[in-house]
Amino acid sequence: MSTREQILLDPTAEISPVMTPHIARPGSLDGLTVGLLDIAKQRGVEFLDRLDELLSERGITVKRYKKERFSKLAAPELLKQIKEECDVAVEALAD
Amino acid sequence: MEDIQDGLIAVVKRDCPTCELIAPILGEIAEQCGPVTVYSQDDPAFPEQVAGVIDDRELEHSFHLGIDIVPTLIHVQNGAETARLIGWNRDEWQEFTGLESLGADFPENRPGCGSRTEEPGMQYRLVARFGNSGLAARRIELPPEADLEEICYERGWTDGLPVVPPTEERVLAMLDGTRRAPSEVIGLIPPNLIECTVEKVAINAVMAGCSPDYMPVVLTVIEASLIPEFGLHGILATTNAIAPVVMVNGPIAKQIGMNAKRNVFGQGNRANATIGRSLQLVVRNVGGGLPGEIDRAVFGNPGKYTFGFAEDEEDPHWTTYAEDQGFTRDQSTVTLFPGDGVTPIIDHMSRTPEELCESYVNALLATYNRRQVNEVSVMLVIGGEHQQVFYKAGWSKQDLRDYLDERLVIPVRDIVPGRSGLGGLTEEEKADPDRLIPKFRTGNFNIIRAGGAAGKYSAIISAIGSKTGLRPVTKEIVL
Repeated sequence: MSTREQILLDPTAEISPVMTPHIARPGSLDGLTVGLLDIAKQRGVEFLDRLDELLSERGITVKRYKKERFSKLAAPELLKQIKEECDVAVEALAD
Repeated sequence: MEDIQDGLIAVVKRDCPTCELIAPILGEIAEQCGPVTVYSQDDPAFPEQVAGVIDDRELEHSFHLGIDIVPTLIHVQNGAETARLIGWNRDEWQEFTGLESLGADFPENRPGCGSRTEEPGMQYRLVARFGNSGLAARRIELPPEADLEEICYERGWTDGLPVVPPTEERVLAMLDGTRRAPSEVIGLIPPNLIECTVEKVAINAVMAGCSPDYMPVVLTVIEASLIPEFGLHGILATTNAIAPVVMVNGPIAKQIGMNAKRNVFGQGNRANATIGRSLQLVVRNVGGGLPGEIDRAVFGNPGKYTFGFAEDEEDPHWTTYAEDQGFTRDQSTVTLFPGDGVTPIIDHMSRTPEELCESYVNALLATYNRRQVNEVSVMLVIGGEHQQVFYKAGWSKQDLRDYLDERLVIPVRDIVPGRSGLGGLTEEEKADPDRLIPKFRTGNFNIIRAGGAAGKYSAIISAIGSKTGLRPVTKEIVL
């Protein structure tokens, strides 16, 4: 056996995960704007429609958004728009 | 470069007949010109005529001196090389040493032999040990007794099968398979969208078991996988069973010995087995796409270890898939498409295209669900003996396609609100129960050729698919 030290090259991304804490959850939705993001997977929209109804009944402002396709990442512009226009966002998967 | 002493340096090996021949000459030079530093590459007892020969079996000195031929004679003054001779030439050696009668009774000229530093693979080993490879990846130092294969498991770098440990020497050899710079970024690998360099691809290609001559293919596979329409993020993350499937067209497939014939989707061919695996290891190690984490597959499929093959282009009767995409037969390409498994179509009896198509239509319509038209895509793989049926009848690939397209339809009344339901249909379509809807309305129905020449089979590689994402992509391999 060789007495030489062995060296391997790291095949990974060589990054450390950054833990981002959740932002504080609001105690109430009163006066807030809720964004509902349809990820374009079938039937998710049925769930969101119902949420829309329930939230609107309580006088909460609801805004609707839609991704191009569920298997694709949401476009950065869309995420930016939701962040700017809403206080809370819900995305749904219901198939 | 190490510090070198002034005077003469000779590098020799016993295995070289010219070095054997001039051994007495070295003794004579040492006697008349003062000390000669002699490095022996294979036997520290050679040459006997010189005292204090330095053992260079590890080749460290030869590497630093940049020796490619032995014997080499170097003159050093003020710590720097001023002149160098290779091989034996009487006049040159006389002039070099100033000894007018040196080797007077020796042959006038003898070429040298290759230095041991030039043995296959040696350069990579020497750069890794004594040089500066210039590679950027973190170097993980391990004790001599470490079991490298086990280390790769422990660090979570493998797909479950053993990998080839990515030593610097192997990575350097792999990088020699491409002209592209190790530092070149080829794209962002999902899911973590990490910049992936040529070097990281090479490291993972080593682990996958690739040979360096696969590198142009492997790099193109990674690039093709990042074309948005392919949807790599979706493929790696989905609950579906799909894997990325690699198909290679063009001259490179033969050059690297890929299999397009017998057992084409099976085991036994290095290139077929390792190229697709490289992509999966890059996704795992660079992108961070781990099964059970962001990879949410319910079943997965064995193709997620690796799934690669070459299209059978030997028979000129039909266009190849790459030709259908606008490339020529002289161009080498990679096609990537999602696939969740191989379903054979077994038809030993049909002797006409129409009869064969009857089998194809029934098999194709049943893909996933006889009454499903949404998000289903296939590669129909025509096997060797079935190909002959079409060739003999004078059917072109387009003829087959047109014939099948006409029959691969399902009336609206038969489409069940199941997995994908009627959701993808327009109101107008839904209103007419007799309306015929194409089974492959995603547009992802393609015909390719592969497989052994004997046996009346074809096959379906099925997958989920869509018009805008999860569809086949083709990219030319640039050498």
